[in-house]
Amino acid sequence: MQHTPLYQAHVDLGARMVDFGGWSMPISYGSQISEHHAVRRSVGVFDVSHMAILDFKGTEVGSFLRRVLANDISKLQNKGQALYSCILREDGGILDDLIVYWLGGEHFRIISNAATCTKDLAWFREVASGTVVEIDQRKDLAMLAVQGPRAREVVAESVSHSEKCLALEPFFSTQVGNYMVARTGYTGEDGFEVILPAKNVCVFWETLLKRGVVPCGLGSRDTLRLEAGLNLYGADMNESVSPLRCGLKWTVAFKGERDFIGRQALRRELKAGLKDKQVGLILNGKGVLRAGYSVRTAFGSGTLTSGSYSPTLGCSIALARVPAQSERACEVEIRDRWHDARIVRPPFVRHGKIEVDMLQGETL
Amino acid sequence: MSEIPGQLKFTRDHEWVREHDDGTVEVGITDHAQTALGDLVFIELPDTGGNFAAHDACCVVESVKAASDVYCPLVGTIVSTNEALIEKPELVNDDPYGEGWLFRLRPDLPGELENLLNDEEYERLLAEDNE
Repeated sequence: MQHTPLYQAHVDLGARMVDFGGWSMPISYGSQISEHHAVRRSVGVFDVSHMAILDFKGTEVGSFLRRVLANDISKLQNKGQALYSCILREDGGILDDLIVYWLGGEHFRIISNAATCTKDLAWFREVASGTVVEIDQRKDLAMLAVQGPRAREVVAESVSHSEKCLALEPFFSTQVGNYMVARTGYTGEDGFEVILPAKNVCVFWETLLKRGVVPCGLGSRDTLRLEAGLNLYGADMNESVSPLRCGLKWTVAFKGERDFIGRQALRRELKAGLKDKQVGLILNGKGVLRAGYSVRTAFGSGTLTSGSYSPTLGCSIALARVPAQSERACEVEIRDRWHDARIVRPPFVRHGKIEVDMLQGETL
Repeated sequence: MSEIPGQLKFTRDHEWVREHDDGTVEVGITDHAQTALGDLVFIELPDTGGNFAAHDACCVVESVKAASDVYCPLVGTIVSTNEALIEKPELVNDDPYGEGWLFRLRPDLPGELENLLNDEEYERLLAEDNE
């Protein structure tokens, strides 16, 4: 089992540790729901040092990334800017999702999922073979996500050159000494992700906690991202699904003739017509929606890909893949009984506010 | 360290059983179980009058994380359930041996209670699980 540099700090705080893609990570430090509310209402910090931090350099790095990513790095016009993208197989299946930062010149940084790190590295090396691209896994770095309406204020108090951090627009990053501060996250709230030398992370973590930042486990990270309508790799998407079927068409840059891996398959899929789509569900009564539960609509059946209790809505919500024409209402099977649910357009919550948009007569 | 009251009986599945003078027993999940599950958000209680064999799944407790079955500790009939949990499932987290009780059961076989673990045996079970 792998440990982040903060492992002992988590144990000392009384965290319940679980195996997360081969890493021993905190699921919660007590109440998962309190941690969730802390991020929606104030500020929380997550240790996400298990995520893969990969640096790409070399004269051919631009053409390599334009081939391997479904989104187009030519959208990165400013140094420090970030872009969300999938990496696809030739058949359009999603190998992983990631964020790529342009750090200037021929230097890019990719943050991808921990559980898929080995697979991703092998894929990147295969696609890059024979080209001038250098790939470096930065095991010397750690990463914290400081999220919530008070996150920027707290991080600015805790780093030098705070004016540079406070000036960041969403999806931009800046280098402050040997810290990289990015206005990104996975919670639907404002906040920063801070990438810093592993040897500094314990002190920085302590500084944040002393300023009243609530330590949050991966349990609340999951309910926060679900409320924000953000996909989880391995649940809402995997190698058997294309981005077109899981609400990520907006991340695929078809513009121009760019020959990215998976393009032909997605073109064919679009031409044939999409049979299903990803939607949000809200359970009308009591109970909890879970991944794998069956859905039935007037147009056929579907499946929940993620589900949980939403602390902000006070009821259960889910992401589901359903027939493309589905709208308004459906039923979900929970332990052999069918329960009524509403079909909505994600997100459920953004910036602390409930945003429920009932889906009627439209395709996503 | 989780709390284990002395006057109760326990199962290997982390349920507790409290004997009442009228011959019925009250059933809940242990402090250890509620801690492991985390914040509870929904309890599916059994139907009153339902008949269960020992080890039958008769109730479901759902935390944010997952749904878990609660097994009937003894052969018997459900005589009442804790309706307060419908609105406040968190009572199981807050007071697992008191206000967080799940259901009352009338056992079919007197004496079956003796097969369950006492507090010391349950404590040993937790210690072994920890190893």
